[in-house]
Amino acid sequence: MSANPSVSTSKSAQSSAKQQYQFDRLSFSWVIGGIAIFSLLLLTIPTLIVLIVSFSSAQTMRFPPPGLSLQWYTALFSYPELWSAAVTSLQVATWATLLCVVLGVCASLAMAGSRARWVAAMDALVMSPLALPGIAVGLGMLTYFSLIGWRLSLFTLVISHAVICIPYVVRTTLASLTQLGSSMREASTVLGASQTYTFFKVTLPLIKQGVITGAFMAFLSSFDNITVSLFLSDARTEVLPIRMWSMIENDLDVRAAAVSGLLIVATALLMLVLERISGLSKFLVKG
Amino acid sequence: MKIPKLFAPRESQLALPLAIFLHLFYVAPLIVLLASSFQSREGGVSLGQYLQFFQDAVNLKVLADTFWLGVQVTIGCLILGYPVAYLYHYTPAKWKGILTFLILLPLLTSSVVRTFGWVVILGRQGLMNSFLQSFGLIEEPIRLLFTHKGVMIAMTQIWLPLMILPIIASLAQIDPRLAAASASLGGGAWRTFWQITLPLTLPGIISGCLLVFALTVSSFVTPSIIGGGQVMYMPTLIYQQGVVLLNRPFAAAISAILLVMVLIVVFAFSALGQRSREYVR
Repeated sequence: MSANPSVSTSKSAQSSAKQQYQFDRLSFSWVIGGIAIFSLLLLTIPTLIVLIVSFSSAQTMRFPPPGLSLQWYTALFSYPELWSAAVTSLQVATWATLLCVVLGVCASLAMAGSRARWVAAMDALVMSPLALPGIAVGLGMLTYFSLIGWRLSLFTLVISHAVICIPYVVRTTLASLTQLGSSMREASTVLGASQTYTFFKVTLPLIKQGVITGAFMAFLSSFDNITVSLFLSDARTEVLPIRMWSMIENDLDVRAAAVSGLLIVATALLMLVLERISGLSKFLVKG
Repeated sequence: MKIPKLFAPRESQLALPLAIFLHLFYVAPLIVLLASSFQSREGGVSLGQYLQFFQDAVNLKVLADTFWLGVQVTIGCLILGYPVAYLYHYTPAKWKGILTFLILLPLLTSSVVRTFGWVVILGRQGLMNSFLQSFGLIEEPIRLLFTHKGVMIAMTQIWLPLMILPIIASLAQIDPRLAAASASLGGGAWRTFWQITLPLTLPGIISGCLLVFALTVSSFVTPSIIGGGQVMYMPTLIYQQGVVLLNRPFAAAISAILLVMVLIVVFAFSALGQRSREYVR
């Protein structure tokens, strides 16, 4: 008889421990899940809002828009400055990306697998434009070019963009090369293939994905760059982000919403294409 | 006839073109920038630009505001970003694609576009004010554009993906048996998180914080549009002095101060990162 109460207390202790355990688990999933969903909404909402406002029938950027129309998209057709800025941006981004790929892939070949001391220094140098303020780099380049007597042109703009974009190419190419290892290349040279032949027939096809992803990132970051272009582009070489920046900065031009809408759709499509051909997310999300 | 090995290009020489390119167009401009910041009005060498910066309380406030913005945005991104990385880690493979798209799209869209979205949200007739008013939380629209708070909110969202990505990478490196071991030994979900998961992902947290801080204090577009000239940060001050007022030596000195601030934080975080990686091993 006397054992009964003690059994019931241990049972209730057990069930309260179980309750506590469940509360612990539930509260954890609710807090982490709640914040995660909030953050995902936060990540997505500004993009959606830009898309919605771009179809607004109002003359101002009020939200929600009173009605829908395509007026801002059609207004873009009669805005030649915007198109010329877009063409300049595409030109600069293309040339800067090509320059980055040639210089970056060569350097990555030399850096991969080498434990030499210069490699660490080179790596820090190549990656540093990612962390250093672009506006300081831009001002430095402007001062430098005027010191050595180079007039600002498309050429100086391409050079400056290449400096800013080189980290992306080297990073993804190096990652591909490291994953590949050196055995394939060695096998090819041992069998008598020249270095050039080995590069084009063995190495390049195997690191193609890394090079393409890096080139894509370099292209986007050049196309998006403002801080360097602020100093190095002038009226003749105005780039798209600067044009858009002044559209928003000065008078909150709703046409900026339509340009933004086009850019969002283009970026999303490019992402999906890149995911197909090179597995973009594999390089960016190393999960 | 074979070319003697001596003349065959060595692989390490392939790095030369890039090294020369970066020295000519990156290292040299930075040196020129530093040199020009020591230029006095008469053309001699002086610390005048720096003295001018540090003697003016307005400039000191800009420096402090920039640093403070960096700290706030970094902490905000960490609190909001860690759970997303955690969710991503435990999401079944078939859903990961969508999650990846949601995380990467804002990162890859133009920064002007992202900032523009925030102008629409924070404006007087924007989403935030309509939302708060329709719930009767505020009577008059509150001013969020052109305030430090507005810049901070927008920047936190804009740099969030760069906090999430390195944390995902370091969560992937944790041995899943550790969490299971902790649970079977009676460790609750919270305790397992604080004592096992979080410390083991420190390398990812540190590299995320480094990126977010460095990019926040260097950002130009968002502070200039959302801040609208009412709140100043170092990059907008550099632009104002260098491009608008054409006071290049002073702009160079401000750039140098910003560079030093970023470098100190980068080195501090790198040292922390080194120690945390040793701890994880």
